[in-house]
Amino acid sequence: MSDEIVQVDGLTKRFAGVVAVDNLSFNARKGEILGLVGPDGAGKTTTLRILAGVLSADAGAVLVAGQDVLVQPEAVKSRISYMPQQFGLYEDLTVTENIRFYADIFEVSRTVRQQREDQLLEASGMSRFRNRLAGQLSGGMKRKLGIACALIHTPQLLLLDEPTTGVDPVSRRELWSILYSLVFEGVTVLVSTAYLDEAERCHRLLLMYQGRRLFFGTPDELKNMLPGAVLSISSPDPQALQTAVAGEQGILSATAMGDTLHVVVDDPDRRLAQLRAGFEHAGVPFGEPRRIAASVEDVFVYVISQQETQQGS
Amino acid sequence: MFDRIWCMIVKEFLQLRRDKYARFRLIVPPILQMLIYGYAATFEVNRVQIAVMDFDHSQESRDLLSRFTFTGRFEVAKVLSNEHELKSLIGSSDIPMALKIEPGFAELLRKGQTAHLQVIVDGTNSNTALIAVGYVNQIANQFSQDYARDRLNQMMPALAATVPQISLEQRPWYNPDLNSQWFFVPGVIGSITLMMVVTLTAFAIVREREIGTLEQIMVTPIRPFELILGKTIPFFVVGLADVVLVAVVGTLWFQVPFRGNPLVLLLGVVLFLMSTLNVGLLISTLSSTQQQAFVLGFFFLNPAFTLSGFAFPITSMPKAMQMITYANPLRYFLVILRGTFLKGVGLGILWPQMLALALLTSVLLLASVARFHKSID
Repeated sequence: MSDEIVQVDGLTKRFAGVVAVDNLSFNARKGEILGLVGPDGAGKTTTLRILAGVLSADAGAVLVAGQDVLVQPEAVKSRISYMPQQFGLYEDLTVTENIRFYADIFEVSRTVRQQREDQLLEASGMSRFRNRLAGQLSGGMKRKLGIACALIHTPQLLLLDEPTTGVDPVSRRELWSILYSLVFEGVTVLVSTAYLDEAERCHRLLLMYQGRRLFFGTPDELKNMLPGAVLSISSPDPQALQTAVAGEQGILSATAMGDTLHVVVDDPDRRLAQLRAGFEHAGVPFGEPRRIAASVEDVFVYVISQQETQQGS
Repeated sequence: MFDRIWCMIVKEFLQLRRDKYARFRLIVPPILQMLIYGYAATFEVNRVQIAVMDFDHSQESRDLLSRFTFTGRFEVAKVLSNEHELKSLIGSSDIPMALKIEPGFAELLRKGQTAHLQVIVDGTNSNTALIAVGYVNQIANQFSQDYARDRLNQMMPALAATVPQISLEQRPWYNPDLNSQWFFVPGVIGSITLMMVVTLTAFAIVREREIGTLEQIMVTPIRPFELILGKTIPFFVVGLADVVLVAVVGTLWFQVPFRGNPLVLLLGVVLFLMSTLNVGLLISTLSSTQQQAFVLGFFFLNPAFTLSGFAFPITSMPKAMQMITYANPLRYFLVILRGTFLKGVGLGILWPQMLALALLTSVLLLASVARFHKSID
């Protein structure tokens, strides 16, 4: 109980009558990376903003480090850090000037600041760029600088809204290694992401859809939600294979990924012949179907498509 | 607390130092505007081009018309021989006025009757027309007075000596030559300052909202008043520097005297800057993009100039309009500027204006603080 740094209970937020967050409950423990996943418009950004104390809520309770954010938003601000999708860097200030600005706003003492600044720049590989204007940094470096600014006051809780969107793979990897080192220091990280391969790196996941919680648990638990198995079929035209079998009985979902098709089936032994027949009918060459371990993406696509068909019917 | 305000101020000046265009914007346009207003803003009517039609060709008619060119206020640009030319002339050319003397002008005068001088004027620009007709009136009056005295002198010299007369002696105080630059230059200091400070402040905050830094700052423990002070103090300093710059250029270049106490003016400037900063702040809380801020700023600035007494006297406005001027900081600042520059009066006279500016500042500040929340919904 005591190591739960975030407790959200029945959180609801409406924008002009439209429900953005719908009776949402979850918690986050000290030193954990909690991933917020869901399609655009699921309410991830709204949830993070409410936790950061910059947005009011219509119902529910949000406790951060034991303080009620909805009642006293200012009380938690010195202990948390929030990095919006568009991190507000001053592009006409240098890397160091940006960091020092946020350090001063958070009233970090001079000596701590210097030490922290060196450490953060070192960890993100930006020591060489101290005197470069933030506007002249690459997209990935801007994010890293944003995180450095967000971490200068050593927050207990870090809220990151899609920090890796538009960032190259190398920088993404660096960003994640920064996050892991934070967790090691006992910082809790709430991160929303549109990249599902990143979701596997989180300790726990909160899957959101239209403001509601669809799933809350570890990535492994999420994978267990998938009935049946995932089959991978390589093909020069997986799109054609997808249309050939999608919607058939026992085919729970079919997703084209590069030059392979991922098909979720209820019973692989029973459906193999059925799939082959469908593919041959489409007249597209295809490889032998292989059973693979379900990825978060497979489950995600399956769960969301289930929701959509439920709503459609 | 002061550390946070201080770091906001430092940040603002660092940004200003890097922004070459901002430095240009703070120095060149104000000076340019001062020069333009100083030279171009004038109510005097000089060298009015006139056309004359003298159908009498008498000594009297020539005498009257020559008096017009003599003053320097009028220049005879055209001598017309018939009335058809007149219509096209006034309608199409730069000649806004024509004088016409009918045949028999001199004969009527000699008989002691009333003779007519017809003035045709282009009334499109009513102000210029009014002033020019006023000059014509003066010249015609002078002519008829002189003519009457001459006649009386010839016929009854003894009586002529006893005719009483009022002679007008003009003694304009504070501006003996009625130099309109003296009237406008202090006013320009006020209007340039208003424009600079309101737009700079509004834009500076809205820009932070646009690039996302405002949201970033809001999630920090900074208090709203620290944020407001940190954002406005730099523009207070910049505004003060601009006032000094424009005032020095204006007084040195146009030789406008400064007769009052500089400290009284300084107090007025400080109060005025605080009220205009708050106008900018209020605009910034009402707009989410720089475009909106621009439109709102324009919406405020234009009436603020018109209803300030900068060019049009407030006392001549309808009562309702006069009421609006009381909410206009520029109205009070202009009185302080002209009072200290030209009249040399002190706080004993100007305290109501100072008080009004202080009150306006407090009301505007309360309004901005009420509107300025540390949240984004």
